[in-house]
Amino acid sequence: MVLRRFDVHRATSVAEAVALRQRYGEDAAVYAGGTELLLAMKLGVARWPHLIDIKPIGPLRHVAATKDLLRIGATVTHWELERDPVVAKALPALARLEAGVANIRVRAAGTLAGNLAFAEPHADPPALLVALGARVVLESAAGSRALPVSELITGMYQTALGPDELIVAIEIPLPARDVRIAYVKFQVLERPSVGVAAVATVRDGRFVGAPSVVVGAVDEVPRAVPTAELAGADVRDPRTAEALAQAARAAVDPSDDLAGSADYKRHVVGVFAQRALGSLMAGAA
Amino acid sequence: MGRREIKVRLNGTDRRLEVEDQVLLIELVRSLGLVGTKLSCDTEVCGACTVLLDGRPVSSCTTLAIEADGRTVETIEGLADGTRLHPLQQAFIDRFAFQCGYCTPGMIMAAKALLDERPDPDAAAVRHWMEGNLCRCTGYQTIVEAVLDAADPARRLP
Repeated sequence: MVLRRFDVHRATSVAEAVALRQRYGEDAAVYAGGTELLLAMKLGVARWPHLIDIKPIGPLRHVAATKDLLRIGATVTHWELERDPVVAKALPALARLEAGVANIRVRAAGTLAGNLAFAEPHADPPALLVALGARVVLESAAGSRALPVSELITGMYQTALGPDELIVAIEIPLPARDVRIAYVKFQVLERPSVGVAAVATVRDGRFVGAPSVVVGAVDEVPRAVPTAELAGADVRDPRTAEALAQAARAAVDPSDDLAGSADYKRHVVGVFAQRALGSLMAGAA
Repeated sequence: MGRREIKVRLNGTDRRLEVEDQVLLIELVRSLGLVGTKLSCDTEVCGACTVLLDGRPVSSCTTLAIEADGRTVETIEGLADGTRLHPLQQAFIDRFAFQCGYCTPGMIMAAKALLDERPDPDAAAVRHWMEGNLCRCTGYQTIVEAVLDAADPARRLP
């Protein structure tokens, strides 16, 4: 497939990128790795006469961590996150997730911010980011705002991004040292069919408070699993696993497609919620 | 804009090329006669079009040619030194790691990126790395063995 003609505008600052978005409006798309965008354009499902390349904007390339926060610039690729020493130290679960995104070529070019902005439902990062309470930092002519990832993704390929807004960074609150993080997925094709992220503190074999569990990839948007009743639960009690599986199955509304029937997917969600719990327990000190 | 000159170090040679913004990297390299790079799935899934951009593997079917500006591009044609094959190429022959051969240039470029970063991978690392390169002939076992062979200095050509 060849691409129809377009112009690439290389923005060298956030202000310039925002100005370009204002100037071209719906005729322009923000472009970084292009792994989703160019594909959609080749397939003819989207067409933009202008692409705003944000890769030349130096500050968007950085990864930085404080004691409490990991900040990932908008043009940082999956490949870089998989290898970044700051990520490896601050949030190794994210590095592990990134190592399993798509394939080496998509990881080498694609960015985490682009993954969120495209809101492809069959994606790995959103579930974990939602479970961790991550947010995106957005810039527009009106200024800057932060939006939780759970509110950014509003539907299949739909986001709450304004017409002149740009994701400049992803900010992830860093969990305390004794918090355990798991992400497990079921994947037979190019994209995950079910992904379950779980974040919890376990002390003396029991949850401290309720675990944060989010099911991704199976539904139109990541679904948070209601887990209030699991607060303080014995993590090795089979009833805990069954209650979590039941809550996870009830939290999703999958549809029939080539990856399976809705009933089958709901079953797999329950299985993988239990595996996520098992993965949390495997990390028990 | 629209059309621009790019400077590329292509298989070790500096080139100045004029391209339109929407031209894909696979179109560019194949138009230069480097037809070892193959188009297959055209959707970043199969890996037949893999080339190295500053050493990193990319799907040239879904990468703009202008991304190569100021960078190095390596294709399968850049690996052999005259008639002396690259150790990966020789290992693929020695192990019969291809049948129809269509996926082979992409396989070898992906494997080169692996060995450049991690010269001594184990079989699990090779399998994980090569997950995104599809072969419909071999069943993969000989490909994994070929990559492991190429990684072993004892088999390297003098």
